[in-house]
Amino acid sequence: MPFTWLVLILLAIAAIGFVLGRGRALKSAGGDRRDLHSLPVYYGANVAMWAIVPAAAVLIIWMLAQPFFVNSRVLATLPGAVVSEGSSIGLVMSDVRRVADGLDVAVQQGAMSRDEAASLSTDTSDVRERLGEVGVALGSAVSADVLKGAQLYRTLNATSSKLMTVVVLLIALGGAAYAYSRSHADFRARNTVERGILALLIAAASVAILTTIGILFALLFNTIEFFKLYPAADFFFGTNWAPSFSGRGGSSDLGVLPLLWGTFYISFIALLVAVPVGLFSAIYLSEYAGPKVRSVAKPLIEILAGIPTIVYGLFALLTVGPMLVSMFGKDTLGWMQGGTAVMTAGLVMGIMLIPFVSSLSDDIINAVPQAMRDGSYGLGATKSETIRQVILPAALPGIVGAILLAASRAIGETMIVVLGAGAAARLSLNPFEAMTTITAKIVSQLTGDADFASPEALVAFALGMTLFVLTLGLNVFALYIVRKYREQYD
Amino acid sequence: MTDTSMTPAAAAPEKSSLLVQDARTRKRNAAETRFRMYGMAAIAVGLLFLVFLFTSILRSGLPAFTQTVVEIEFTLTQEQFDTAESKMLKTGEYQKIFVNALSGQLNASGLDVDFDNKAIERIVGKPGGTIRSFFLENPDRIGTPVSFELAASSRVDGYLNGRITRDTLVDSRFLMATDLDLVDALQDAGIVKGAFNWNFITGTDSGVDNPGGAGLGASVIGSFFMMLVVLFLSLPIGVAASIYLEEFAPKNRWTDLIEVNISNLAAVPSIVFGILGLAVFIQFAGFPQSAPLVGGLVLTLMTLPTIIISTRASLAAVPPSIRDAALGVGASKMQSVFHHVLPLAMPGILTGTIIGLAQALGETAPLLLIGMVGFVAREYPETFVGGFTDANSAMPAQIYTWASRADPGFYEKAWGGIIILLLFLITMNAIAVLLRRRFERRW
Repeated sequence: MPFTWLVLILLAIAAIGFVLGRGRALKSAGGDRRDLHSLPVYYGANVAMWAIVPAAAVLIIWMLAQPFFVNSRVLATLPGAVVSEGSSIGLVMSDVRRVADGLDVAVQQGAMSRDEAASLSTDTSDVRERLGEVGVALGSAVSADVLKGAQLYRTLNATSSKLMTVVVLLIALGGAAYAYSRSHADFRARNTVERGILALLIAAASVAILTTIGILFALLFNTIEFFKLYPAADFFFGTNWAPSFSGRGGSSDLGVLPLLWGTFYISFIALLVAVPVGLFSAIYLSEYAGPKVRSVAKPLIEILAGIPTIVYGLFALLTVGPMLVSMFGKDTLGWMQGGTAVMTAGLVMGIMLIPFVSSLSDDIINAVPQAMRDGSYGLGATKSETIRQVILPAALPGIVGAILLAASRAIGETMIVVLGAGAAARLSLNPFEAMTTITAKIVSQLTGDADFASPEALVAFALGMTLFVLTLGLNVFALYIVRKYREQYD
Repeated sequence: MTDTSMTPAAAAPEKSSLLVQDARTRKRNAAETRFRMYGMAAIAVGLLFLVFLFTSILRSGLPAFTQTVVEIEFTLTQEQFDTAESKMLKTGEYQKIFVNALSGQLNASGLDVDFDNKAIERIVGKPGGTIRSFFLENPDRIGTPVSFELAASSRVDGYLNGRITRDTLVDSRFLMATDLDLVDALQDAGIVKGAFNWNFITGTDSGVDNPGGAGLGASVIGSFFMMLVVLFLSLPIGVAASIYLEEFAPKNRWTDLIEVNISNLAAVPSIVFGILGLAVFIQFAGFPQSAPLVGGLVLTLMTLPTIIISTRASLAAVPPSIRDAALGVGASKMQSVFHHVLPLAMPGILTGTIIGLAQALGETAPLLLIGMVGFVAREYPETFVGGFTDANSAMPAQIYTWASRADPGFYEKAWGGIIILLLFLITMNAIAVLLRRRFERRW
């Protein structure tokens, strides 16, 4: 593995630089560390930093840029005929890559010599068979152009890797030498090193921004791709969800409305369960319960929040669903056909959200100043009157915020609806019918075997975008309400 | 003082008494009691759900840890070995020897049941291969009595666990209703019995048609490697980001942007992180599908906000006097943070990290999208690096896979998997609580 070696050599250069830099600084001070500006360690660290950081930056950029460069060079050599024969550029390129990987494997296993792999031609041998011998399965026979592309791909990659190793090592050595030359007693090594560390800290903090950008780009680009293949108006206002299973578009109906309806219906039922139970628990725990009850009941209820959603999903599918069927199914009332239904998923999701609503509301109720309670009691109100007429109105914006946050959780919840809500998209008011949600369809569209370039797979990104915008909007709105409310009492 | 209220003459404006409640007070007090009851009922409902959830997990999941085995002792003579090895269908021959031995033992025990060799084959599955490989590896045991414990077929397992009853059993080539008499008889004779199913903990997934042999082992390893990635990425990045935001960040647009981003990322649905992983790590960067490395990267991004929020809280809890003292004796700002504030905040940071890891361990939705579900984890990774890059499953993904298979035998395994997953989570949370109790300092 040349890459591992490269990293190891980099680290070695840094380690040697550390020792040398420290030594040189000490020597320039005549061996008396009190004459140095900074602690000796900082001189060493400075050299190590100069050795590693620029080299590592170049390494990362190079590795990111290399595939683009190689791809475009290989594509340029492929004759247009190969690409236009009914297949897209991406497919041809993946063929090229697969053949190139196959050649690598063959060389590694010793089935082919290096020269042979480079000079192989479709006229003299059956490449598919040769690669099959070493365990690389190719879908179809390899055309001459693809083979040439693969060979070019290999040579370019090899050259680029060699060049990268040389450049990175040179930069590392250069950086180390530069820092080494500056290691003398007057140099403010600590300031430099600390600036470097600060830059690292800022970079770490920016990962959050990078993640958001990554999410936005992943969603945006693919959503735009999708809307090129499928009209946006049909997506947003279509009332029918019926993707074709052939994977080659055309006849699919991909309207988001039934999914939105399912999502909101299930979330609504979940909130119907979670809000009364959660809110009353919070009121009881913060206003009535003694410290003993509180210290037992509160953590117990919060256990519900720590249970992974897959557990709730299984609970919905295998316990709650069959139980509801036995209560409302064919034998008794005949309302319910199968175990997976809006009710099943909504109920279980409600259980999941109870601790969410209760602990948020608990915090908010506790934040209402004691003076307001005392004033109310002084006027002769009972405890419940105080709660209903003084505390709840004062805490209302916060509680609404908490409920909105819970709603955004419910909308984005995946495992419970994948397992408990069913797969049929329909617009119906009956809560005992199976419906499906945005999240469940994202999973089913992306885990099927549809081609990634087809609208059936790309629609998942448009759904993801819808979901992202919905939950983000709810969150921002909820946080705004909560924050605005907090300002009143601080 | 009671004069005025006691005189009947002054009846016109009725005065209330502290001793006798009037109707309105009674109503208000009743409302008060009712309201209190609502609160208690809500708590009770919450706790009831919790109890219900755990009993149904335990009731359905514990059978996955036991397995029905057929225990039998028999002697294979050299002659039998030679004839069996000379046959075309070698394992079939061993099967016959085994079935004969079992029926011999049954006859000897004097049980009054009708049975034929086919029925026995249905009960024990296909043990011929196991027996043959045992004797091929230990040729010296030929001719001596050897005791075998062989797994019974999954349907017999289901019958003894109560998953299948006589009423629900549909006759098939796997198990007939009449076989159940034989199973009962074998159980009475002590030949068929329950044993702890080690294979469930150490084994690997067995494919879609063999629920009896399914094990969680490989996916536990997959989860372990994912958690390694999460720990070694999210802890340093999270701590570095928190130190910057809490100690160094100037109040400017960039800082605000980062803060808003972190609080929003904490609320982004996990499935969206799955989409990110699929589009960026797999499609764009070309990482291998189903690899714990990719799962770990996605979970790192998901866990970061949790870790950052808790780390910032514990950094903020270190009193400013510590920083001032360090600065006062000549430390730089960076030194005061790294030498004094950070070590004092460490218990809180570790607690937050463990809780974040526990969250990440149970997360399923993003793993569905990066291909950990379609994959059948049949073997352990061979090398340490392979543990990161080879396709594998993870605990929650494996549970989901089992839950979505058609054979109900897998449901039991899914519940059993949940028990193991919850044990991991409980252990991690307990460690976090202990850490907090042991090292938490109130300033």
